[in-house]
Amino acid sequence: MHMNPRRLLRGLALVSALALGATACGGSDDGDAAQKAVSAKDIDAALEKGGNLTVWAWEPTLKQVVADFEKEHPAVHVKLVNAGTGNDQYKALQNAISAKKGVPDVAQIEYYALGQYALTKGLDDLNPYGADKLADKYSPGPLNAVKAGTDKIYALPMDSGPMALFYNKKVFDKYKIKVPTTWDEYLTAARDLHKADPKAYIANDTGDAGETTSLLWQAGSRPYKVDGTTVKIDFSDAGAKKYTEVWQKLIDEKLLAPITGWSDDWYKGLGDGTIATLATGAWMPANFASGVKAASGDWRAAPLPAWTAGDKASAENGGSSLALPALGKNKELAYAFVEYANAGKGVQTRLAAGAFPATTADLQSSAFQNTEFPYFGGQKANKVFADSAANVAADWSYLPYQVYANSIFNDSVGKAYVSGTKLTAGLQSWQDASVKYGNEQGFTVQK
Amino acid sequence: MSTPVSTVSQPAPAPAGTATPAPRLRASRRRSPGRPRRSMLLTALTGLVLLYSLVPLVWLVISATKTQEGLASSFGLWFNGDFALWDNIKETFTYNDGVFSRWLLNTVLYVVAGAGGATLLAVLGGYALAKFTFPGKRAVFAVVIGAVAVPGTALAVPTFLMFSKMGLTDTPWAVIIPSLISPFGLYLMWVFATEAVPGELLEAARIDGAGEVRTFFQVVLPLLAPGIVTVSLFTMVATWNNYFLPLIMLKDPDWYPLTLGLNSWNAQAATAGGQPVFHLVITGSLITILPLIAAFLLLQKYWQSGLAAGSVKE
Repeated sequence: MHMNPRRLLRGLALVSALALGATACGGSDDGDAAQKAVSAKDIDAALEKGGNLTVWAWEPTLKQVVADFEKEHPAVHVKLVNAGTGNDQYKALQNAISAKKGVPDVAQIEYYALGQYALTKGLDDLNPYGADKLADKYSPGPLNAVKAGTDKIYALPMDSGPMALFYNKKVFDKYKIKVPTTWDEYLTAARDLHKADPKAYIANDTGDAGETTSLLWQAGSRPYKVDGTTVKIDFSDAGAKKYTEVWQKLIDEKLLAPITGWSDDWYKGLGDGTIATLATGAWMPANFASGVKAASGDWRAAPLPAWTAGDKASAENGGSSLALPALGKNKELAYAFVEYANAGKGVQTRLAAGAFPATTADLQSSAFQNTEFPYFGGQKANKVFADSAANVAADWSYLPYQVYANSIFNDSVGKAYVSGTKLTAGLQSWQDASVKYGNEQGFTVQK
Repeated sequence: MSTPVSTVSQPAPAPAGTATPAPRLRASRRRSPGRPRRSMLLTALTGLVLLYSLVPLVWLVISATKTQEGLASSFGLWFNGDFALWDNIKETFTYNDGVFSRWLLNTVLYVVAGAGGATLLAVLGGYALAKFTFPGKRAVFAVVIGAVAVPGTALAVPTFLMFSKMGLTDTPWAVIIPSLISPFGLYLMWVFATEAVPGELLEAARIDGAGEVRTFFQVVLPLLAPGIVTVSLFTMVATWNNYFLPLIMLKDPDWYPLTLGLNSWNAQAATAGGQPVFHLVITGSLITILPLIAAFLLLQKYWQSGLAAGSVKE
């Protein structure tokens, strides 16, 4: 989900923002020790009294949720600000936290980035507000993500991205290729397809940190182990080997289209058959419907190929949550809004607008599972996604500075895509750079 | 921002000398300057540069006529069957409750206040440095030259923290105030004023009894006109295209300039559930560059004479 032209600017700002973040981390005393329990009565009273809320989010479905919320609580005024997408917003948020001014009351934060804010005490623990009672509403992947390796809950999951394999059925049928159920079959399919049509590729990949970490997750690799400020990074476990073996062949045999995700070329490739599959999160159908209209009816969803035949393990890709920055104001109101949007009525509003749920009840409801997707030729794709959600291994964790780590992914692992560097060597240098940076930031990082 | 400088110096025939072998150069020198010799190589090189500068523009104009679907399904450098330019322009101005117009007005505000103010300050300062002697002038010179070398990008984060302390972030002032300072404009004005305003003229004005203010407005200002246009074009381009400073300073899309606004539309394609609107980003970009092109064409005359200032010693 990254766009290349701005990487330089982003890098600059991140370096400075994170440098500032480190001082903030050292300077802030135990804010959460002072955090008091907030009863449901306090929250109701706050809603009655009203006030202003600033919400930083780029999620499009929140617009309607805000309107409904304001209607229900006329005294509350919510200002929904799109302060940038992903990295742009994290940079803005980190800057605001460093400056201790202009921090929003609620912020959208992707799961992979949550640890960075949670473990530097940038976010409130939501348990004292009553989030502990909501915990069992969410599917394992997102719930584990918002806990960030602790027994606290730093955000309420907004959506989730259990992975599936989207494939262009028209292309597969045309060349009579079987839909792969294992990654070995995937490799074979990639060879067959590219041989049959040199312009077609099984997938696009120019190096994407989110995709790589998700596939490692599925393969059973656990490269990051986080315990407070002690971090371990290791890309050489058995799971990582499974991944690099297959992916190295895909790269070496030039079976991956050199197209960067989310670019206009990518949308084009998804539409004209150049890119035949996409292993990604279950939120993708909405993007297919709005961005790849040309291929409506061509695509289907299938379970993610397994690393060992018969293995059902899945992983999450993307997805985000709503959190309360510690320096925000109007905490009761802020929590009330987050609960409304991510556990209350807002969930249905957002699902109706095409978002993918993180709530187990919705994932398992028959209405949800029996929804037919006209885009997928009437397929009840949610069944595939719900199965995937149930099979997500919940013991994965990201680095407490994953935003930075991902920003340097292309300088290390990215080399494997454009030069003779091997994927394992690329991961090794990513590991080294991440260890070095972590130690500089005051973490104790071991290889 | 150094971009405008490089664009301007591009058409300069400087590389010609290096590209042409020495004997030819001597031969051409003998010819009368009124009828320079034609060189195939030079023409071809100039043509290449022209093509290099025009192709992106052509791509932009052509792409602005396509729909979102048409963009994905057709060749970039030629028209698609559907001519959707007018629809695109209409949609650009109405999408997201017409926020594009707001961004356009914001940009105009930043340019008028920021670039206008920067030009005014550069003219005042440049004239003073060129024509008055005062202690510490050399120090000022060193500071200005040093400031030219510091890219604005490097100062953005410290500026942000400072502005944040003053409570100015997320307001238009956060963009306007840093834009008021243009070390390069000041330096240019300084050099220009040294050459364009004869000291004798100032003495004459003073002897005739004109005060310093009157001398400045009635005698000096008309002489500086070409320089002023040059500096205002520089600062205008810099402010109009400014991306990083507003990116850091502004969170509220209501205060975004066009650059940030278009980027947020572009980023929309990269989010779960987001709708790709590349056709609007492209049409919006086309609309964004039109005022700059118009400014360059209209002020070309002044621009050229301004650039040449100080290049020849009479």
